[in-house]
Formats: sequence, structure tokens, C-alpha cells
Amino acid sequence: MRPVVLARMRRDVSVVLAGAAGQGIETVGGMLSTVLKDSGNNVFTTREFMSRIRGGTNTLQVRVSSHRVAAYCLRTDIAVPLDRTAIPHLAKYSRLQESTAIVGEAEAVPEEYQRRDRVHLVEFTQMARELGSKVYSNTIAAGVILTLFNADRDAGRAYLTERFAAKGPEVVQKNLEAYERGVMVGKRLTSEGLIFQIDREESVKEELILSGTDAVSLGAIAGGCNFVSSYPMSPSTGVLTFLAQRSQEFGIVVDQAEDEIAAINKGIGAWYAGARAIVTTSGGGFALMNEGLSLAGMTETPIVIHLAQRPGPATGLPTRTEQGDLKHFLNAGHGEFARAAFAPGTLHDAFHLTRRAFDLADRYQVPVAILTDQFLLDSSWNVPMIDLSDMSTEKHLVETDDAYRRYRLTHDGVSPRGVPGHGAGLVVVDSDEHDEDGHITEDLRVRSEMVRKRLHRKMELLRRDSLPPEVSGAKKPDRLIIAWGSNYHVMREALEISGRTDTGLLHFRQVYPLHESVAGMLGDADEVMIAENNATSQFAAVIHLETGVRVPDSNRLLKYDGMPFSVEEVVGFLNR
Amino acid sequence: MESKEFDIMDRVNYDIAWCPGCGNYQIRTVMMQALAELGLRPQEVVLVSGIGQAAKMPHYIRVNVFNGLHGRSLPPAAAIKASNPHLTVIAESGDGCMYGEGGNHLVHTILRNPDITAIVHDNMVYGLTKGQASPTSRRGTPSPLHPADRQGVTSEPLNPLALAISLNASFVARAFIGDQEQTKDILKKAIRHRGFALVDVFQPCVTYNKVNTFRWFKDNTYYLPDSYDPTDRVSAFQKAIERERLPLGVLYVSPDRPTFEEESGVYDTDRRPLFQREVDWKKLEALICSMKSAT
Ligand SMILES: Cc1ncc(C[n+]2csc(CCOP(=O)(O)OP(=O)(O)O)c2C)c(N)n1
Ligand code: SF4
Repeated sequence: MRPVVLARMRRDVSVVLAGAAGQGIETVGGMLSTVLKDSGNNVFTTREFMSRIRGGTNTLQVRVSSHRVAAYCLRTDIAVPLDRTAIPHLAKYSRLQESTAIVGEAEAVPEEYQRRDRVHLVEFTQMARELGSKVYSNTIAAGVILTLFNADRDAGRAYLTERFAAKGPEVVQKNLEAYERGVMVGKRLTSEGLIFQIDREESVKEELILSGTDAVSLGAIAGGCNFVSSYPMSPSTGVLTFLAQRSQEFGIVVDQAEDEIAAINKGIGAWYAGARAIVTTSGGGFALMNEGLSLAGMTETPIVIHLAQRPGPATGLPTRTEQGDLKHFLNAGHGEFARAAFAPGTLHDAFHLTRRAFDLADRYQVPVAILTDQFLLDSSWNVPMIDLSDMSTEKHLVETDDAYRRYRLTHDGVSPRGVPGHGAGLVVVDSDEHDEDGHITEDLRVRSEMVRKRLHRKMELLRRDSLPPEVSGAKKPDRLIIAWGSNYHVMREALEISGRTDTGLLHFRQVYPLHESVAGMLGDADEVMIAENNATSQFAAVIHLETGVRVPDSNRLLKYDGMPFSVEEVVGFLNR
Repeated sequence: MESKEFDIMDRVNYDIAWCPGCGNYQIRTVMMQALAELGLRPQEVVLVSGIGQAAKMPHYIRVNVFNGLHGRSLPPAAAIKASNPHLTVIAESGDGCMYGEGGNHLVHTILRNPDITAIVHDNMVYGLTKGQASPTSRRGTPSPLHPADRQGVTSEPLNPLALAISLNASFVARAFIGDQEQTKDILKKAIRHRGFALVDVFQPCVTYNKVNTFRWFKDNTYYLPDSYDPTDRVSAFQKAIERERLPLGVLYVSPDRPTFEEESGVYDTDRRPLFQREVDWKKLEALICSMKSAT
């Protein structure tokens, strides 16, 4: 076997684990990312999986890097196949290159690959059996890979000790042995030249590893969320689970609703009574929430909706990613009323925007959506500790008096919101057109005034309060490429790799309403491009509507096969 | 508290949208009396309704009001109670709203057992949309969509009481607004009951239901005797499926079911409603700090 030194020059290494659901890819991935992070490496993990509980072919990519990366790439430096389907699966989707080293059992490496260079056969299962059970093969595999990165051995041992503590000292001991066996194999491979030296940073060791799901959930708690009602639907369910598991600690009422119709009506009822509620769902569930969204609009009751996008229409590709529900959210609900939508690009955004969604919904008494997607939610990476020191929750509830009128027409367009049981007044809300008291009216003049308040005045306030897009890349760009939501990191990385000094990135984390500066920014560029994970360039349509600027069809990079953009694809587009 | 404290009519001059002679008027009177006799203040009561003629009730009573969507009165009602257990929460709407559009919510609200009361105006017809059949319409009843020459309504009527008892609802009763005192008594028991209470109130629709009139309800109902034991589920079910004459009164009580709010655990050590609570930044910081490894 010819010794090869990969990645010496590279800034990062991509390890891809592939195999069937239930084979322990997650376990190995979790250990790799934690121990490498604890060793001072930046790590990014993203997963791609089929909609089934067992079998199929799933992959998990871990990028180990000297600096923060948080994007999916096609390059695979080390492939760890866990079954026969793994290698053909990677090959089929252009994720296996000549340079890819394969580390796996003979069983899992198809004949035609076994004769290739850079194939390292390791009998994980056999070694595990020697230890008493094949369950240890995952720990052995993790030990091998970690050693290729010269990971901190104590960090590895500490991880296993903690992870298996609940299962008793014997299980811990066996796993430590398995790990050591993996380390031995790893050393052999490094002596054959399979070694990856990635610069480390001391500060990384103290960082957090969060997924998009974690960041949204933590942001909700920071936003004062104390009520969640939802019906499970991938990929949104993680947020419901997270909040449920922390419900006693943070005093959160959890209601696994009978359907999404009930979920949003409950969320609205909870806000009416003064709780801060979130509903978390995906496109199909949000379709059922349309009626409730209108109710929030009409009654001017705040609601926070986490809309986790996945490919549709209908049930689509349940476990895949897409940015296909932007228009769905913006057009949802019958009638006309104000609303706002955030689309986090980073974990930082996911936390802070979710938190902000609660304040914004409360401030203007409107529905606010957080549009995420499977890629963001199911990816995780290391980030610095979130600083909570200056955080507080905005207070908008008033104590009512005898003369309280829920829909009082005020100078600024927002009626003070009271809640039942707080003050001498009564809180009357209605889904019918209503007067200032909240009672049904068919007075057509009152109707017009209420529409102006619910729609025009609030849109004006929301626009004034909206977040401008972030500009990065070239200083004085001729070309601007637009992205929104979870494509932030892939665009940043691709732009850097492309070496284009004429191109800037305009990333939107608030996708509706748009900040007033947008039209000017776009007007100044010679050329405007866009990249979106959908087939119709939905955000380009929003931009066109809001600013009059049209992104030419030929300048649109659209992907809708259920996978996120890879760095390579975007580089190709930028340099086309 | 006096019943007129709950009357909004002497404060504003409302044009009540009900037909003259409709049973809804008496239900309104009885509701106001029941709330007053229970010693409640308007500020601590929330009336939640859906859409329909019956669903307009909250607008004609002086309390907090959440008048939401057709069929959707129970989810917000349960959420309001879960967000502030100090409130007395009553969902009130028609049979179409509660049993038709909202059927799934009824089933699951019974299973969850929030401490709220559901009052269903059962006139066996859709009033607001002008006389179509409702889930409780009897077989054979003619309606605009079920002409008499084609045997009228052909589906089996929903039996809300049997349904509720089968789900082990914690309080199930039926009243007939022809008897105001008895109805008031049943409503008071229902509101006082800890847990989900369903009261099906027979309410003749004088405009669209020419079959199930005041006379018809009088002739086809009877009161359960004082000796009746509502905690016996089997006999309650037997009563609920009687077809000849329909029993009135409290059919079933399952007294020991914990409520949804109690089960949530959120009020175990802290009785404050959610709107009075703050983010626990210390705990959140500790939680975030603990997330240094991939889960
Ligand atoms: C989603 C929806 N579907 C249909 C309607 C129209 N609608 C209003 S009230 C009603 C039926 C009312 O019947 P019921 O609940 O029995 O009340 P009643 O008017 O008889 O008191 C219908 C179908 C609506 N408002 N919303
Ligand atoms: S339509 Fe029937 S139920 Fe409605 S107000 Fe008239 S009489 Fe009453």
C-alpha cells in the first residue's frame, strides 16, 4: 500500500460515515465531534438520511478544520463505510474522489474498491467480538479515526467514561478497551502515512456544540417561551422534544396537540392569557395552521411559529432539506394582515432570532415565523458560549382598568394588550370584524379602520424594525449574490474559495418585511445573483415585489433535490 | 355577585343577533345567574366560543371573551386554562361547531381533561348557515340538503353523551332550556366540577328546526331520579344510549381524574399564572454551559 499524506496543506478534512440507520453512525459521529472539539479542533457535523427507522443508507459528514466551517461539501477525505451500500451510495452522489481514503472492514468495501490505493481494511467487528460483543465496533472505529487526527486521548477516555457511566463500570471499562484497540490501529495507519494535522485553538475546547434544533430551542427559552403546543413532524419535532425535556426546569406547559389546527389555536389561546407560546411544525403541518394564522392576524394576538422546511409538495421528502415554504408562509392565511419572518443562517442567528421573534410578536401583536430547514436543524458545530448577560424580556402587557378596550385605536397603531385576570377591565377578542371593545360589528367604517391598523400600520412598524441584510465578501463589489437562511455558511466559504474579489454576499436573516436599505444596495450592483434551495426562486420573487429589482433567470442557482448546496457547487456557479 | 353584573346589555345597546323566541335567550339568562350564584367576578371568567348563532353568546355577557374560529373553541379554552389556572374558563358553542367541525378537538380535550366547561347548544341544526343538518340531527329530519322526499337525514345522529362517557369524560350532563332552574343547577355543577365538564343543552331553534320543538323536547325527555348514581359508568352508558326518551341531568362523573394543568407539573411549586413569570437566566446559562458535547 502506498503511503499518502493527505490534508497537510488543507484547511480542513472531511470524514464521512455511511451505513444503514441503526448501525451507530450517530454514536460514532457524536464521539468524533466531541473529542475533536475537546482537543481544540473546529468540527462541523451534518447528516443526510432516509425516511426509515432501520436500513437504507444514511451518511454523516464531520468536517474537522482549523477555522470555523459550517457547510456541506462533496469532498470526502476519509470514508468510513459501515455496510456494502455505503461506498456505492457515496460514489453515486459524487462524494467519493480518487483521493478519498477508505477505512472499513473488508465486508463493507465492495470488490472493485478493495484493489484501490488508500483502502485501509480494519476488522472492527472481529476485534469487537474478541472484546465480547460486536457492539464495541463503533467505539473501535471512533478510536481509529480520532487517532488519525492525533486527538487528545484523555478527552476520548473522559467522553466514554461519562457517556456510559449510567450503564455501569463494566460497560465503561469495555468501551475504554475498545477505544485503546482503535488507537492502536490508528497508530498503525498513521505510520502508513494516513495522518491529518489540523491547526488547533485552545479556546475551541471551551466552546459549545449545538445543533440548529438546540439553538432554536434555547432561543425560545431565552425569549420567555413557557408554552409549546405542536403535533410532531420532521424536521421540526426536535424543538418540541427539547422543550418538553426541559419543561419542568423552565416551567413550560407542553401540549402534544391532536393536530396542527389545535396546536396553533392553543398557542393563540395561551398568548391571549399572557403566556409566551411557540408552535413548531413543517410545511404540511403549517398548511393546517393557515386558518389559525388568520385568527392571530384578526385578533391581533401574538404567535411565534417555527416553520422547519422540508421538500414538498405534500409529504415530499420527509427527511430532506429545502427552502420551499417561504411563499407558503408569506401567502398563508385568508384575508390581509401584517406578519414577519426570520431565517437564521448561523447558530447565533437561530438563538437570537428565535428570542427576538417572541419580543417582536409581543411588541406588535402579530405572527412571527422562524423559517429553518432540515439542513440547519440537523447540523451541529462548535460555537462560543452564548452571552446572556445583557438579556432581558420585553414587557408589553398592561394592567387593565374599567374602561379598557382591547382594540383601542392609538396614535402608534398598537393597542395596549391586557390579559384576563390582570386588572379591572375585560379582554374581548374576536375573529369577526370587531369594534374597539372587541365586539362584533358590521360598521363598514370601523372595518376599514381596523384593516388599516392590522395591515398597513403594523407593516410600517415591522419594516421600520426589520433587520438589514449582512454584506460580506468584496469591499466594493460589482456583483452581489443573494442568499437567505441556512445558506449563509456555504456561501461564505464558497466565495472565499472562489477567490472572486468582484463579488459580495448579501445574506438575509430577516426575509419579510425587507429592510428599507435593500433596494439601494441592489440598485448599486452591476449584477445581482441569487442561490436558493427551491425550484422557483421564491426569495427572488419577494425581492422583486418589495424592491422592483429582478434577478435575471440566468443568475439563479437553484437546487431542489433535497440536499443542501455543497461548497463545490456554489464555487462552480461563482466561477462559471 | 348579582346576575346583572354579568349583563352587558344595560351598558351598551346591543342589537342581539338571535331570532325572537330562540332558546339562546334563556341560556343567556341562566348563564348569568349561574356565574353570579357561583360568586364569580366577570374579570375571572373567560368565555370562549367558536362560530355560529350560539357562539355569539360571549358577546352578550359581561366577561372576558375569546370568540375564535368555527369548531375551535376547545383548544384555546384549554390553553387559556393551562396558562392561568386561576381563571374560570367556559367554552360555549353550537352542536355543529362542537361536534361537527370540532369533533376531533372534543375527543382529545376529554382525554386530556383540562379544568374547563363545555356548554353545547344542541338544537340539532345549523342555525347561522340556515338550516342544514347538524351531527345531532335525527334520522329522517328534512333539511335543505336532505329533502323530505329522499327520507331526510340518513346518517346516525351523534350521541355526545355516550361518546363522552366512553372516553371516561370527567363530567357529562344534559339539560333542556325549557326548564331554567334545572339547567342553571346543572351548569353550576359543571362549572364547579374540577376537570372537563360537558353539558349538552337542548335548545330549540324556532326558525330552522320545525321537528324538535319545545313541545318535542318536553315530550321526549325525562329527569334522572335523585337516587341515580352518576359515578357508575356502566349504568351511565346505558342511560346515555336510551332512545325512547332522553335522560336529563348529570349522567356521569369521574371524580378523581387529575386535570391537564395539574399533570403539566408547571404549577406544582409555583401557583403564579404564566404571564407573571420571568426567564430564569441562571438556569438557562447552566443549561447552555452543559452543552459542550454533541448529544
Ligand atoms: C371553517 C368554517 N366553516 C364553515 C363556516 C360557516 N359556519 C358558520 S356557523 C356554522 C354552523 C353553525 O351551527 P351550530 O354550530 O350548530 O350553531 P348554531 O348557529 O346552530 O347556533 C357554519 C357551518 C365557518 N364560519 N367556518
Ligand atoms: S336560527 Fe335558530 S338557533 Fe339561531 S337564533 Fe334563530 S332560532 Fe336561535
